[in-house]
Amino acid sequence: MAECHPVGFQWVVEAKARGARVFHVDPRFTRTSALADRYLPIRAGSDIVLLGALINHVLANELDFREYVLAYTNAATLVSEDFRDTEDLDGLFSGWDPETGTYDPRSWAYEPVGEQPSAEQAEGGRRDAEAAGADTYGAGGPAAHPSPRTDPTLTHPRCVYQILKRHFARYTPELVEQLCGIPRDGFAELAEAVTANSGRERTTAWVYSVGWTQHTVGAQYIRTASILQLLLGNMGRPGGGILALRGHASIQGSTDIPTLFNILPGYLDMPNAHRHGGLDHYLELEGGTTGFWGNRRAYLVSLLKAWWGEAATEANDFCFGHLPRITGDHGHYTTVMGQIDGTVKGYFVVGENPAVGSSGGRAQRLGLANLDWLVVRDLTLVETATFWLDGPELETGETRTEDIGTEVFFLPAASHVEKEGTFTNTQRLLQWREKALDPVGDRRSELWFYYHLGKLIRQRLTDDEIDRPVRELTWDYPEHGVHREPSAAAVLREINGVGPDGRALSTSTQLRADGSTTCGCWIYCGVYADEVNQAARRRPGREQSAVAPEWGWAWPANKRILYNRASADPEGRPWSERKAYVWWDAERGEWTGHDVPDCEIGKPPGYVPPEGAFAQASLAGTDPFIMQSDGKGWLYVPTGLVDGPLPTHYEPHESPVGNPLYSQQANPARHTYHRPESPYNAPGGRFPYVLTTYRLTEHHTAGAMSRPLAYLAELQPELFCEVSPRLAEELGLVNGGWATIVTSRAVVEARVLVTGRVRPLRVGGRVVHQVGLPYHWGWGGGGLVTGDVANDLMPLVLDPNVYIQESKAMTCDVLPGRRPRGPAVLDLLERYRDG
Amino acid sequence: MSGRGWLARWPVIRQLRGQDGRSDAVRSPRTDALRPRTEDAATVARSICPYCAVGCGQLVYVEDGKVTQIEGDPDSPISRGRLCPKGSASKQLVTHPGRQTQVLYRRPYGTGWERLDLDTAMEMIADRVVRTRRETWEETHEGKVVRRTMGIASLGGATLDDEENYLMKKLYTALGAVQVENQARI
Repeated sequence: MAECHPVGFQWVVEAKARGARVFHVDPRFTRTSALADRYLPIRAGSDIVLLGALINHVLANELDFREYVLAYTNAATLVSEDFRDTEDLDGLFSGWDPETGTYDPRSWAYEPVGEQPSAEQAEGGRRDAEAAGADTYGAGGPAAHPSPRTDPTLTHPRCVYQILKRHFARYTPELVEQLCGIPRDGFAELAEAVTANSGRERTTAWVYSVGWTQHTVGAQYIRTASILQLLLGNMGRPGGGILALRGHASIQGSTDIPTLFNILPGYLDMPNAHRHGGLDHYLELEGGTTGFWGNRRAYLVSLLKAWWGEAATEANDFCFGHLPRITGDHGHYTTVMGQIDGTVKGYFVVGENPAVGSSGGRAQRLGLANLDWLVVRDLTLVETATFWLDGPELETGETRTEDIGTEVFFLPAASHVEKEGTFTNTQRLLQWREKALDPVGDRRSELWFYYHLGKLIRQRLTDDEIDRPVRELTWDYPEHGVHREPSAAAVLREINGVGPDGRALSTSTQLRADGSTTCGCWIYCGVYADEVNQAARRRPGREQSAVAPEWGWAWPANKRILYNRASADPEGRPWSERKAYVWWDAERGEWTGHDVPDCEIGKPPGYVPPEGAFAQASLAGTDPFIMQSDGKGWLYVPTGLVDGPLPTHYEPHESPVGNPLYSQQANPARHTYHRPESPYNAPGGRFPYVLTTYRLTEHHTAGAMSRPLAYLAELQPELFCEVSPRLAEELGLVNGGWATIVTSRAVVEARVLVTGRVRPLRVGGRVVHQVGLPYHWGWGGGGLVTGDVANDLMPLVLDPNVYIQESKAMTCDVLPGRRPRGPAVLDLLERYRDG
Repeated sequence: MSGRGWLARWPVIRQLRGQDGRSDAVRSPRTDALRPRTEDAATVARSICPYCAVGCGQLVYVEDGKVTQIEGDPDSPISRGRLCPKGSASKQLVTHPGRQTQVLYRRPYGTGWERLDLDTAMEMIADRVVRTRRETWEETHEGKVVRRTMGIASLGGATLDDEENYLMKKLYTALGAVQVENQARI
């Protein structure tokens, strides 16, 4: 955190100064470790073992926050008799179909009560594996029965609490030592601190970044942390939570308003041709009728009205048919395979640089070289724009410039100070940026580019039916300035939504399913409340409470801590004075506190929903997790996950270590590409070391925003690899000299940094060496400093829930000295692939 | 400061005598006469750092149509005026000489860049979108209505604004382009 989110880390340092204890778990020793109370080195890819052992420690010693757990989680819920655990089936959950490599998730469900969902309604497993369906749970949880059978004594063998207890029983301090390389005293200290700092008076927070997500079990890493935090009562409370520190300014915004293939704004599913018919059928299959997600018809109809305006009517399903249908995985890496196969002809790349920034760069570049046309928009001439002129495949002789048919348009982009608009930062906070000056020359904002491109496309339309969705699209924004820049404020207001009176809406509960409201993204409804750009609010922090509600605007409804109803006990009283956040004011008959309460403001804690209640009316006054169909935090996930209802330890796709828990070595549901462009390292001794990648404070992603800057280039001029003194000695590596890192994908050279910051770990009774590489270099990109592409080494293997690639743990070999040049690179790779 | 001679007021001497080297002891008439370059700025825009997702406040100082400095915004409750090495260097991000100002074009099988004016480039790109969309239009797939094109794809968004992502998703969806992705997948 100190390396990659340094200014955020000031708050950790401040907490430490006030008495907080800070633990840092990471394969490398960093500036964060230097400031932590305790640093625990871990083998990359083994975190579920560590977190699972903490869960086991809590359960075995009954250290859970029982009142919280009983009231706010599904611990007491009974699970179906058909469910079988990985502990019963040697690493597989019940429902595995080896033929398709997917799960039928129906046996994971709660014990049946009343009407059961049909096979086509069952979420998770096979259905969500098909198109990263779990992405849609970013706002609303999947459907489960709102009032399942429970055992509040937590003793029933099929209640979630007992299932967890059995599942995690083998996650012991010994296993942590054996698989993570963390000694028992270190684990004991962590376990003691985490449990002692949780409960009524205290909370513990976990902070993670892509070190947890870029794995074939990435979503399950986060799930493991969720289980621990729910058991300890650390969700929805100040000082608690599981905090994702994201790596790009508005990566949260580009997920909420997704430039992603499988979701629409506000985490509504893109309709799937195999699954959905018309609007009614789609809504029926996309979640339950209970909890706030029960209102999704209003969210979707308001979106369709925002996009197709007058043309969208009740009679035509509000133009639901104008939405194109997905039929499976159309994600980034599969799209690249489509480029190689020749089905993808034209490609827009805007502010991203896949030629050096994506895993397996060679496949990316082969794809780019097989396009008809490519549009690249960026600040500098990034490698994605110049691959045909100076890419590595030219050096190896695999391709020649004059053989590449791709037509390339490079359009210079406006910078963040040359346009106005909002970022949504990692804490769900929308912050409006004022424009400092106009862009010069041909530089333009993406807003300008897409708006004017859309206008030019609309001039070319015909009466043909295929043009109807573009013809009927609302595409008219006020323009201003010398460049005819469209108004970003007008776009933000469309995102916010407008009511029947033509005024900006204040909150998403005003949205209607009858077509009388418009809203471009329901979770952002309120950002333009009272016709005021709330994201532009700048009341200084020193003039506000620590919550700072008048700086920017957080979705939803300016709530700064999600699910904060859990900060009060079931009766609505703060768990302790020290941790008071929001509470029920019985006199005034409403919720109040330091933040906007994340529940219906007038709903008393004693409210019991009537049978068959709809949407939020189905939530009890004690239910804090209001986007879930049952209002509960899920320790066990009965529906919605692709690879199992519980996290379990699997080794990375490429690992030098055997899985001692099961004969099932890696996540059986992981997403692989078995094609020549996607080779994998063979198991065994050819690739003996663990390879992991990371960022440096002084650089940003693949370097296009940092290597061209003199200050930053000088601070970190060269690609290096961090190795331990022991590995250096074994291999004859010299500090400051060169090393060559090899996988079956690529050969990369780097300067050697021999350092005690990377420690050899004893894993499974033998020494495992880890090699660390920052991934900021590339051959061009306008960089004042250049270097080999670390991402070229990565395998194309994905988490099955969300299709994020495993780039934090794989295997490699290391050789002393510089890499070969030219075609000799291919010879070396050939030798490694042949074993 | 006392009225003793220049030697006694020399900062080195004062620091050797034990005065705090981070405070008044480093001041001299010359440093007292220095003015911050932000003082003469014609305008100051309130902005947000474009690198990681912490969202630190930035103040962008502009003079004579040029960015003269970018500093941390002390009003921000997130950053309290602080910026990291990247945020502190972001004036270079917007002013460095490697930033492109012109549209460049590489024709199929071409061996070098050519110039193209922006309007022409926009027309050419619009032509290609319309043509490729028509040529690759898929009305049905395995017997199901899909009304889409698998011939056009897009990548990028996490470094852009919400409003920009919104127009991208809206336009692509209307065009039937479904292979739209960004850094969040990474």
